[in-house]
Amino acid sequence: MNLSAQNVSWSAGGATILHDVSLDVVPGEFLGIVGPNGSGKTSLMSLLSGIRKPHSGTVLLDGQPIHSIGRREIAKRIALVEQQAETAERITARQAVELGRTPHLGPLSPWSKSDDAIVDEAIRNVDMEGFAGRWWHTLSGGERQRLHIARALAQQPSILLLDEPTNHLDIGHQIGLLHLVREQNLTVVAALHDLNHAAMFCDRIAVMERGSLAALGSPREVLDAHCIKRVFGVDADIEHEGETGCHIRYRAPGTSVPVQQSIRRIS
Amino acid sequence: MIAITSSLSKTSAILLALVVLVAALWLGAAIGETAIPMDIVAKTVANRLWNAGYPLDPLDQGIVWNYRMSRAVVAACCGSALAVSGVVLQALLRNPLADPYILGISAGASTGAVGVAILGFGAGFLTMPAGAFAGALIAFGLVSLLALRAGRGTSAIILAGVAGSQLFNALTSFIVTKAANAEQARGIMFWLLGNLSGVRWTDVSLALPVAVIGLAVCLWQARALDAFTFGSESAASLGIHVRRVYAILIGVSALMTAVMVSIVGSIGFIGLVIPHAARMVVGVRHGLLIPASALIGAVFMIAADIISRVIIPGQVLPIGVITALFGAPAFALILSRRRAPA
Repeated sequence: MNLSAQNVSWSAGGATILHDVSLDVVPGEFLGIVGPNGSGKTSLMSLLSGIRKPHSGTVLLDGQPIHSIGRREIAKRIALVEQQAETAERITARQAVELGRTPHLGPLSPWSKSDDAIVDEAIRNVDMEGFAGRWWHTLSGGERQRLHIARALAQQPSILLLDEPTNHLDIGHQIGLLHLVREQNLTVVAALHDLNHAAMFCDRIAVMERGSLAALGSPREVLDAHCIKRVFGVDADIEHEGETGCHIRYRAPGTSVPVQQSIRRIS
Repeated sequence: MIAITSSLSKTSAILLALVVLVAALWLGAAIGETAIPMDIVAKTVANRLWNAGYPLDPLDQGIVWNYRMSRAVVAACCGSALAVSGVVLQALLRNPLADPYILGISAGASTGAVGVAILGFGAGFLTMPAGAFAGALIAFGLVSLLALRAGRGTSAIILAGVAGSQLFNALTSFIVTKAANAEQARGIMFWLLGNLSGVRWTDVSLALPVAVIGLAVCLWQARALDAFTFGSESAASLGIHVRRVYAILIGVSALMTAVMVSIVGSIGFIGLVIPHAARMVVGVRHGLLIPASALIGAVFMIAADIISRVIIPGQVLPIGVITALFGAPAFALILSRRRAPA
């Protein structure tokens, strides 16, 4: 399953949000999208999911313009987990996950045993078996986020789009959640805030800067001190470990060392 | 899913619903200023529907069939259509306070109906229900625009609805005062408060198809409504064509509201309160919530009509007064519970 953005631009309220972004998602990879607040990560996710239509350029799903594919057909192939999707309805955890079957069910086709099995499997996949009967409003942020991912898995997509999935989670839940996503053997595109997490879990990282794609490559290729200083305005030391390991240590303003010394190797 | 959806209990649930509905209609035809025994009601219906040929007092038969039964059927249609409109609006706007009355749709429909009836808009080509439908759509359009400008929040659309209701009610009063003669004005003012007195079988032939078709369309979109649980973007990512669903369902809600308003006047709070009551019984899934709301709405409205006829001996209270007496406290309850931590 191939997903690619070709020269997409998007603007809202007269301001350009995305400018001429091209990006091919490689099947099976975990692609991270990083960038400062307002750099266009969320907008790029909604263009890739087909929810918004680019003002110019196209998004292709398997070589076909995504807007020529029906919404239901897209939803069978791509699942999106938004930032902070909330509800005031009194639904159970399981009912939230059951929504993931929506694209597979018509107005007249009844809910079947296989739908139940898929929902059970999705809930088990995110380690929430014990929570299925709980009311949504009694769950913590981490539990809700895991259920959103289970809902996306119940769509049985080939591509999973995650918009800052670890926001408001503690460090244990952040790493647990990304690990869980990585284990699913799906193509994943995730907008991430934490550069170290991106480096730990992503095969490739795309860096967004003011609506444009500033860099794209493996964590080591992309996350260097120059790039971090330029895009985020933060001084950092980068440590490489083993074959692919890449750790970023930030420095408080005023304590920077010259940039050329800032890559260290840990044996 | 829960056992209630298994086909056996589904059949028994549908049967139970029909029994409850028939019982309510039966009582609606029996109770009134002169009580008519239940068996006379049954025999009248049998005579009319199947030419059963029971010998009956023509006066009793006339009261049961021409006045009370038609009235009870319209009350049921009206109650279910308004309740289903409320369910749809609450789901699409993700707002527990949404309802055709509060959002000004009923007020717009009243203005449209009055515009046709008194000012003669449409030069005889537009009927009152069509005028009401146009008024309802214009009102919802204006209220939505205002709400978007006011910032999309939960309370924005409610406040916009207040403004819209005031505006359209003022327009209605203006039209009535300026153009109607005294007799028309009295009739219209009584109708505006919600009134089933003038209802006959010709009204049934409009109300029943609209209520049934409206219910069917909303049921057909039940899964789409479920998909709005986490908002419209989430619905889109679940494969819902959001704009199409909005257009179909808001159109159907406006049509149901407009037709009911053009027959019985604008009756408040049914669309607000009944969906909440139904949620307490069957939960939030629209596949169950929509039929449950339709049934409870129909039964509640028949009951409200019976109360309006018997509560003051010798007088008929406008039914809108009864629904408001129940609805306003319920509205207050929902409003105050909304503040509680989610």
